Amino acid sequence: MSTPRSSSPPLRSPEQLHGDPAVSTDAARRTPAPPAGTYLGMPRFQKNAREQLANEQLRKNLRHATGTIRAKRADRVAEVPEWEELRLAGEAIKNRTLRHLDTYLVQLEESLTRAGATVHWARDAAEANRIVVDLVKAKGVDEVVKVKSMATQEIELNEALEEAGVAAWETDLAELIVQLGHDRPSHILVPAIHRNRSEVREIFLREMKQYGTPAPEDITDDPAELAGAARRHLREKFLRAKVAISGANFAVAETGTLVVVESEGNGRMCLTLPETLISVVGIEKVLPTFADLEVFMQLLPRSSTGERMNPYTSMWTGVTPGDGPQEVHVVLVDNGRTNALADPDGRAALRCIRCSACLNICPVYERVGGHAYGSVYPGPIGAVLNPQLRGIEHEIDQSLPYASSLCGACFEVCPVRIPIPDMLVHLRKQVADHKRGPHVESTAIALAGWVLSDHKHLELAERAAALAARALPHTTHLGPLPWPASPWTRARDLPMPPQESFREWWRKNRGEERR
Amino acid sequence: MTIHTQGITVALFATCINDVMFPGTPRAVVSVLERLGCRVEFPLDQTCCGQMFTNTGYFDAALPDVRNYVKAFSRYDYIVGPSGSCIGAVRHQHPMLADYAKDAKLAEAVDEVVAKTYDFTELLVDVLGVTDVGAYFPHRVTYHPTCHSVRVAKVGDRPYQLLSKVKGIDLVPLEAADQCCGFGGTFSVKNPDVSVAMGADKARHVLDTGAEYLVAGDNACLMHIGGLLHRENSGVKTIHLAEVLAHTEGAAA
Ligand code: SF4
Repeated sequence: MSTPRSSSPPLRSPEQLHGDPAVSTDAARRTPAPPAGTYLGMPRFQKNAREQLANEQLRKNLRHATGTIRAKRADRVAEVPEWEELRLAGEAIKNRTLRHLDTYLVQLEESLTRAGATVHWARDAAEANRIVVDLVKAKGVDEVVKVKSMATQEIELNEALEEAGVAAWETDLAELIVQLGHDRPSHILVPAIHRNRSEVREIFLREMKQYGTPAPEDITDDPAELAGAARRHLREKFLRAKVAISGANFAVAETGTLVVVESEGNGRMCLTLPETLISVVGIEKVLPTFADLEVFMQLLPRSSTGERMNPYTSMWTGVTPGDGPQEVHVVLVDNGRTNALADPDGRAALRCIRCSACLNICPVYERVGGHAYGSVYPGPIGAVLNPQLRGIEHEIDQSLPYASSLCGACFEVCPVRIPIPDMLVHLRKQVADHKRGPHVESTAIALAGWVLSDHKHLELAERAAALAARALPHTTHLGPLPWPASPWTRARDLPMPPQESFREWWRKNRGEERR
Repeated sequence: MTIHTQGITVALFATCINDVMFPGTPRAVVSVLERLGCRVEFPLDQTCCGQMFTNTGYFDAALPDVRNYVKAFSRYDYIVGPSGSCIGAVRHQHPMLADYAKDAKLAEAVDEVVAKTYDFTELLVDVLGVTDVGAYFPHRVTYHPTCHSVRVAKVGDRPYQLLSKVKGIDLVPLEAADQCCGFGGTFSVKNPDVSVAMGADKARHVLDTGAEYLVAGDNACLMHIGGLLHRENSGVKTIHLAEVLAHTEGAAA
């Protein structure tokens, strides 16, 4: 580990950490510690969701934020008459790319190498992290600046760097809020969507001074003041950094061009100022040709931020002598993607361009927020992607396919037409198959399956229901009941069955002449 | 599409939940269709669309229902059901399940029967060519377009076309109508807290309209929202669209 330079933030003593018990009190840390525990160790979605639902502040923040962005998206999409054609084109391009992924990836490597970049291949998160850590350490630095990137969040690169004694500074405003808040991202595009501005103010006041330029003591929760504090806090880091780490929204095989689409310009600072740029890119981000960008540059901003065009689009093709980073590395990461690719019912998830429209429209996400999903990929896409990338061994991944009412709103807004509801159903089958042996659910399903497999069985059940109804002739609804009815009746009354089924009525009233 | 003013024979797919829990709805379908001159048959060997099994991940438990549906309805030219969700499941999931079973004959039979399967509102508007079914319902109502009726069965604005022609009705718009009510089949018991949180918002929007009745094309969703409204003693009743359309001046509620 290299010695911290005087300009780097000081090491903090345990007393300096705020009193959150979830926060690790490892005194040797360079950056704010994330909450204790791992994503995969999280309980199932149902349990996390119940906890999140009880957080009124979160509910209010999310209702407001998702409602606003949802309306903006709807407006921006409505003004494009050929939107459906664009979606179909996006779907087709991604499908073609995935069908020939091997070819395009090799082409991408050739183009990148030709343009002066160095390409690295990583099978999984550990490999990707090792490659990046080695590259950073080879430069002899102990800190890097980061462009907002989902791939690096997915592989938990920041923690890998921290362990190697390298401080990774998030420069996207919302990622900075998450990092300084000892928190986890809860949204793909707006990782701090669960925070409102007064919470952000508190985080800035409390934390900035421990890691660099402090926030002004008299700062208010005015968004412009908060942005100003972030700008000042980040500036010294931008100017100091020798190495930047990014992801990429797209990687063009034909030219070796990487594309980052953003709103704030902080990404562009990272992509242009430091001498060395390392980009961690999921293998599904490849596009065959530069012309394909035409489709995605229309689909992405409108779906994502509800803008006609995003403020900053940065593209770079390897090294340009005398301009920008002179050492460019690209780490192409699999980390479960080829598993998804191998599954005919699952591979559509690899079309995802991480716009987050499905999160914003999702009525479940709107109420529980991103942390309940136990991954950096929350919401509908997380519910289909995580069990594919990580497998269904863990409780959290087994529960995610059920974290949806199958309302279908996500498919409707998805710019690359990922059939999320159908995929959830297929994943539910995988989970049900995985849980071998009789359990409550499979027993109930077997019983119901028997009843409904033959009309004679159904009639037996109908007679039983009618008997119950006749036994309680004055009851129209049932109130709170013990298990197994409690999940329904805790908050909802249950209507009594009628004394006569439809079938019975038909037999009596129409049965003579017709069937 | 040819419009048949009368005389067609229609097979009624009551759906299991209506058959057992809400028989008033299929009875209303019979009454409206007979009023419009159709001959209605109810194949007694029918059971269920199977989506409860499919959507919980138990495809094999759903397959007998797919076969039953084919067996009960193949011989008819028109099959109608009063549920966007169940009709949607027949259309969208039965072909998938037949593929899953690797049963080419079943797949072929499913495709044929699916092409003849209609949601109640589609049969009225597209096949019979009517939007005014002679109904009378002198109440303030609001309509919740259930997710599967809109996004899977794709009934479009047919329910509104039909409701707007009902005499005496005061149809008021529902805020955030296109948001899911939170029922979601087994979601309602596998994720009861989220389901209720979603339902509570739907119920609140319904109450805000001042409607006496909440109307929808799916009794399962109505059972969920109605369960919340009833627990609150809100005084708002739920009613299936078919039952509104079955009301006539002679038999006003
Ligand atoms: S699944 Fe579709 S809507 Fe959701 S983030 Fe990915 S591209 Fe966007």
